[in-house]
Amino acid sequence: MKFRLWIDKIVQYGSAFLLVTKILVVVLIAVGLTFKSLPLLQNENLWTILSSSVWSPLKGNFGFLPFILGTVWVTLIALIISVPLCVMASIYLVEFASDRLRKSVLPLMNVLAAIPPVLYGVWGILFVVPILSNYIAPIFGVETTGFSVFAGGIVLAVMIFPILISIMVEVMQTVPQELKDASLSLGATQWETIVSVNLRKARPGIVAAIVLGISRAIGETIAVLMVCGNVPQIPTSWFDAGYPIPALIANNFGEMMSIPMYDSALMFAALLLFVIIFGFNLISRVVLNRLEDHG
Amino acid sequence: MAKHTTSKIVRNRLRKEKIAKILMQLSGISITGSLFFIVGTILYKGLPYLSWEMISQSPQGGFYIGKGGGILNAILGSLYLALASTGIATLIGIPISLYLNLYVPKDSFIARSAKLLFDVLFGIPSIVYGAIAFSIMIWLGIRASLLGGIITITLLTIPIVVRTIDELLKTVPIDLTQVTFSLGATRWEAARVVLKYIKPGIFTAILLAFGRAIGDVAGVLLTTGFSDNMPKYIDEPAATLPLAIFFQLSSPIPEVQGRAYASALVLTFIILFIVLCTHLLAAKQKKHKL
Repeated sequence: MKFRLWIDKIVQYGSAFLLVTKILVVVLIAVGLTFKSLPLLQNENLWTILSSSVWSPLKGNFGFLPFILGTVWVTLIALIISVPLCVMASIYLVEFASDRLRKSVLPLMNVLAAIPPVLYGVWGILFVVPILSNYIAPIFGVETTGFSVFAGGIVLAVMIFPILISIMVEVMQTVPQELKDASLSLGATQWETIVSVNLRKARPGIVAAIVLGISRAIGETIAVLMVCGNVPQIPTSWFDAGYPIPALIANNFGEMMSIPMYDSALMFAALLLFVIIFGFNLISRVVLNRLEDHG
Repeated sequence: MAKHTTSKIVRNRLRKEKIAKILMQLSGISITGSLFFIVGTILYKGLPYLSWEMISQSPQGGFYIGKGGGILNAILGSLYLALASTGIATLIGIPISLYLNLYVPKDSFIARSAKLLFDVLFGIPSIVYGAIAFSIMIWLGIRASLLGGIITITLLTIPIVVRTIDELLKTVPIDLTQVTFSLGATRWEAARVVLKYIKPGIFTAILLAFGRAIGDVAGVLLTTGFSDNMPKYIDEPAATLPLAIFFQLSSPIPEVQGRAYASALVLTFIILFIVLCTHLLAAKQKKHKL
């Protein structure tokens, strides 16, 4: 009898210990990143680092603006492409599609989510980049290799399809049937009902899904690195090359030890990603949890 | 006249509806199409280069200028890495999610905030884990190795295991746990009953984590390094499949690039196989009885 209780206690403390350890690791990551980026922050003030556009590690200039804007560009392009498509497709899946269609499309989204980033990158190089440089850029009268923020945006857009679709479908399914019926019985067409009832009711969830998509896009490293061109400049058009923050970290880790402050600068970049993504995820998860509780 | 305008308005509204519906169908088609497109592109480009030599040998001298050899070292490296880290992540993740569901009250502050934390961690990109692990390794004076990669990827996959199992535990009928408790079972004994109930689902969670682990680049780039040798020792750098794809692709030699496509195809097959297994297991979970 005692023995059973002992095992129970052991398991209890054991798992509590694992949980605490895991949380400590997260704290350790945050503290470690801050600690490592301190030298850079002591050297220059935060605002200069974020707003300067000069990046020459050898001279000790670490301006993050090109990288921040690179990330902003690819993320925005990805959203411009994917959000309308995903909103429309989720409405269709929830309101019009047959059960069979819905049940066969949603697992496909899981497949899309399971494809590793590097394969998206390969696809980007094999397909997106050549299409951009050979067919799309000439329409706008631009010369480009195709390795551009536009290519990064397209690849990212496809990468965030699954997360957008799965959450949007889930949220839209929680819109009460009575509300839709009320609108329809007043003579609204189905499309008008969707615009004025479904979308309005599901708006917080859609926004939360988009925010989750953004944080996925911001942190994506290898796929973007492969197609963006990686030139430390501020992109001024869709066809310019860009250099997002994760690509900066991944590309320069090898040499960071030989140049003073370089490691601190890269750690600061990682800290930046960590803080932004942690914040974004936290906000959207809280919103989604609240929706789930009320729905 | 009045009648005429109303019917025109109605017709306009209906036309709008039709256009919207077509747009919706088009978006649905392009989204699902993108999947087939990606797999198709890789299949089309990779298939001509895929050979038995590719997947049965490790790189030989001059491999990166187009001479003989294969990527077996990378395939094995990735498998070892993913197996080890998913294994550890499962051993850590399952107790944590059981603890959060059975040992502490489900709606307590601890359970709610811990679940929220794991949700948030789910989204932290692997490059952040890689960066911090790399600098810790430098601080401790450890060089890039298979072990470093395993630890990094374990940290990355724990949230996946915890969250997936937590979702599964939500589907356990409350009667089941209550009956178990009412028979005088301890929480651990109840946990074993619950685990039996969600058994196929646990494999789904493991496979999800495995898929994520085998495909990750940013985390292993800095911590595992790369090597042309077969992975033999845990404290030595090892090749991983995604990284092999990445490196071969950046070569200017067409032959090597072709191998990159073939390697991508191998990775695609592995991932599709995993997805297929997950799907079958999910179907089994639905029918699963105690």
